[in-house]
Amino acid sequence: MYETHYHRASSIQDAVKLKQAAGEGKYLAGGMTLIPTMKQRLAAPTDLIDLRHVSEMRGIKVTGKTVRIAAATTHFEVASSAELAAVCPAICGLASHIGDPHVRHMGTIGGSLANNDPAADYPSAMLALDATIVTDRREIAAGDFFTGLFETALEDGELVTAITFEAPAKAAYQKFANPASRYAMAGVFVARRDNGDVRVAVTGAGSSGVFRHKGMETALSSNWSPDALANVPVDASDLLSDIHADATYRANLVKVMAKRAVAAA
Amino acid sequence: MGVEGIGARVARKEDKRFLTGKGRYTDDMSVPGMKYAIFVRSPYAHAKIRSIDAAAARAMPGVIDVLDGKQLLADGIGNLICGWMIHSKDGSPMKMGAWRPLAHETVRYVGDAVAIVVADSIAEAKDAAEAVVVDYQELPVVTDATKALEPGQPQLHPEAPNNLIFDWQIGDPAATDKAIASAAHVTEITIQNNRLSPNPMEPRATLGIYDGGDDHYTCYTTSQNPHVARLVMSAFYNVAPENKLRVIAPDVGGGFGSKIYIYPEEIVCLWASKRTGVPVKWTSDRTEAFLTDAHGRDHLSTVKMAFDADNRIIGLKVDTTANLGAYMSLFSSAVPTYLYATLLSGQYDIPAIHANVRTVYTNTAPVDAYRGAGRPEATYLLERTMETAARELGVSPAELRRVNFIRSFPHQTPVIMNYDAGDYEASLNAAMQASDWNGFAARKAEAAKRGMKRGIGMSCYIEACGIAPSAAVGSLGAGVGLWESAEVRVNAVGTIEVLTGSHSHGQGHETTFAQLVADRFGVPIDSVNIVHGDTDKVQMGMGTYGSRSGAVGMSAVVKALDKVEAKAKKIAAHLMEADESDIVIENGELKVAGTDKAVPWFQMALAAYTAHNLPPGMEPGLKEGAFYDPANFTFPAGCYICEVEVDPETGVTKIIQFVAADDFGNIINPMIVEGQVHGGLAQGIGQALLEGVHYDPANGQLLTASYMDYAMPRADDLPSFKVSTSNTPCPNNPLGIKGCGEAGAIGSPPALINAITDAIGNNRLTMPATPQKVWAAAHAAN
Repeated sequence: MYETHYHRASSIQDAVKLKQAAGEGKYLAGGMTLIPTMKQRLAAPTDLIDLRHVSEMRGIKVTGKTVRIAAATTHFEVASSAELAAVCPAICGLASHIGDPHVRHMGTIGGSLANNDPAADYPSAMLALDATIVTDRREIAAGDFFTGLFETALEDGELVTAITFEAPAKAAYQKFANPASRYAMAGVFVARRDNGDVRVAVTGAGSSGVFRHKGMETALSSNWSPDALANVPVDASDLLSDIHADATYRANLVKVMAKRAVAAA
Repeated sequence: MGVEGIGARVARKEDKRFLTGKGRYTDDMSVPGMKYAIFVRSPYAHAKIRSIDAAAARAMPGVIDVLDGKQLLADGIGNLICGWMIHSKDGSPMKMGAWRPLAHETVRYVGDAVAIVVADSIAEAKDAAEAVVVDYQELPVVTDATKALEPGQPQLHPEAPNNLIFDWQIGDPAATDKAIASAAHVTEITIQNNRLSPNPMEPRATLGIYDGGDDHYTCYTTSQNPHVARLVMSAFYNVAPENKLRVIAPDVGGGFGSKIYIYPEEIVCLWASKRTGVPVKWTSDRTEAFLTDAHGRDHLSTVKMAFDADNRIIGLKVDTTANLGAYMSLFSSAVPTYLYATLLSGQYDIPAIHANVRTVYTNTAPVDAYRGAGRPEATYLLERTMETAARELGVSPAELRRVNFIRSFPHQTPVIMNYDAGDYEASLNAAMQASDWNGFAARKAEAAKRGMKRGIGMSCYIEACGIAPSAAVGSLGAGVGLWESAEVRVNAVGTIEVLTGSHSHGQGHETTFAQLVADRFGVPIDSVNIVHGDTDKVQMGMGTYGSRSGAVGMSAVVKALDKVEAKAKKIAAHLMEADESDIVIENGELKVAGTDKAVPWFQMALAAYTAHNLPPGMEPGLKEGAFYDPANFTFPAGCYICEVEVDPETGVTKIIQFVAADDFGNIINPMIVEGQVHGGLAQGIGQALLEGVHYDPANGQLLTASYMDYAMPRADDLPSFKVSTSNTPCPNNPLGIKGCGEAGAIGSPPALINAITDAIGNNRLTMPATPQKVWAAAHAAN
């Protein structure tokens, strides 16, 4: 790890100010990606602005069907929230399968979203739930937030402070884990709203990161059942190929995970 | 056996230390003035070094010095060597290319070391290593062994045209060809054995300390055989004469073969300590371990197995290409030859065998012995072939094996080995019963109702441990003998130290070796200490690999105990005015048989050291040493059965049950043996389902350089194992021991792959059988 300067932010405003004052600074939430990357000398921020002690960035609030999760809330807190489980158990289930217990007690939802790893779990949930990403300066629809591999709509210094969404009528997430890393090799989040709108979001498989599958959404809108997906084609040409899984196999996994998610919802 | 003697299920003495974080590993060692080393490594798989400019790096804060391969050469440090000479079938010796501890002309794999940076801290050493400017001229790359042999491919070493190291054979080609020509059925198959990374929990590390006052070197290192390290560094690498070099291998956190070898880092850190005048410590990080620890396996073979009309095997022909990587590691030549092709008879009476083995240089990390070393390759090849043959012949896999089992011993195979004892059918029957083999059809039908494909597969393995008589391995090309030494020192108060040339890096020697003493003298194991891993304490030893610590290391202890016992009885007889032939040792006392006369063990020991009243002419003290050279290999064998369910939608294989029925001969501590089997099975299942080293064929970059991409078995990948043992004692060593350290890794991969291919009805499947491969095979025509 190269030399860096540590700052503990006391508020959102303070964090943003610290970031502005830093040279090549980085916000630090759980650090589950940033710290290993720094230890490998693949990242060299001059300053780290620690968000974990900003109280306004922690906690889950459920008002009716409206959910607000502050950005520095850990995966464990999401996974174990009874309030959240009462309205959207799917996101609790998703969080409970991120990494291992150590990661889940450190890693945060905001950190995951800002990093936008193409194999991360949360981006699919945000997209399928039509969530809003709240930052220190604006609100961004999930559909506009994820712009490519490790790329987001965040501007320089912009800080994710919370996410909000309306709990769906039904939802579920199914992940096929990479045998080595156990990140998603294909993860599918399906959600159906009270008005019948369906969203299907896929992570781990797309060559440009998380994406919605319109074909499956259309099929499920008219028939919410695994069988509805039987004849929906999944185009392999936009999917990732690597030593663990080629695009053809990933296309199959996307279909299978989608069917299983609908069955589980 | 007593509560702590031979056969007792004694909890490990060393576990308190390991489980409470009190282990003392090489990286825990710290000496005054110690500095830290980082190696500058090649980012290219093949390149010429035009120049190395370390001036800027040397000037950086905290940097003591930066040293390169030209300086190493100028100081007369020798090449790394392969210690087992193999001759090609044309009589020519193997073509060993030069392996410099620091490359100064050519780098041949990603990770090849070119310079060492010594600095006050690891961070400063890393900063300086980044500032070392190496001007490389990239060269074309070849990573695949079969391709490397083709004309026009990149050439790694001028000594080895076409990258061929040797073209070796064993057995009778004419008789084998004749058998195949006359066969009623010939099963043909291509077998690939995947390349593995050893991944011990503790990465390699070394601390080199040069003492200018005495011109003496001390090397702390993560070694399975510190004496061999000292011998090789002294005799071949010109680091220091043996009497000026102390090698200490303290607690070592797993080896699996990868810590047998002498690597560049030990040599360079010792040399750098002399050059800089400071002790130099280096600890590998995990990526360096993936890049530079010797890999295992990487064979590609074609097989023809010939059967007569009664389904008896009449001939076996094997052609193997083995990838040895960029350089010949210490025992790399022995693995695909005498540790592999000599086991190709398996458990079967095969009259004619011929194997041809070509070994090849490629731009990849060196390949050497890894848990099983050659025997897993032979077993996987044979047992997949047997299963395939059974399917082709329409007989049950168990029946095909029964028809061909060797049933009388000793049995001379056509490939050197002379099996001394065994009962293969006993293991087969035990495994079939434990797995409820006969109930499989019903379980398969039930699984099918759930949409799952269920399969069952077996593997009947044999291996060879010990390893062998020194004269025999010498005649086959080994540069060392394979005996072991022991010394038993009885202290004046009766406590006992056992010094052994074996080395424990997870095997539990501190417990099992003490059990031998407890068994013999009736003293508690807490009064027995095992001393190992230090060339200043133990005179000489050959170390631990090839499941040899029990069969060879303990046999040396037994010989030394015999001598101690004889002298102790003489002393006791003298003290009690009895005949020494009437003395028996029980429960820590030396008794006159049939009387109530007894001398406590400690009193006899005290008498040996006070020397006030010893038999006339007897030397004081009680300390005896022994060397033991085995009379033969030992031959553990067994039958493994695996049952799986494959999810046809995803290709995921779930292991429903795994049964291991082993014959290890006599057992000292059943709990430790079970632990060895469990660990071996986990490694074998890892090879079969998960693990595989991948290089990018275009540029030789290692694609599996972290756990993000190299899949290790985790607890939830494994079932609860059903293990059992039977016993045909080994007739060739005093304890009747065969060895158990590698069996699990040897026998398990074919059982698992046979089960998966049975489930999916397609025999074309390579390891690791990842979900993608299984899914594709399940949906393809056989």
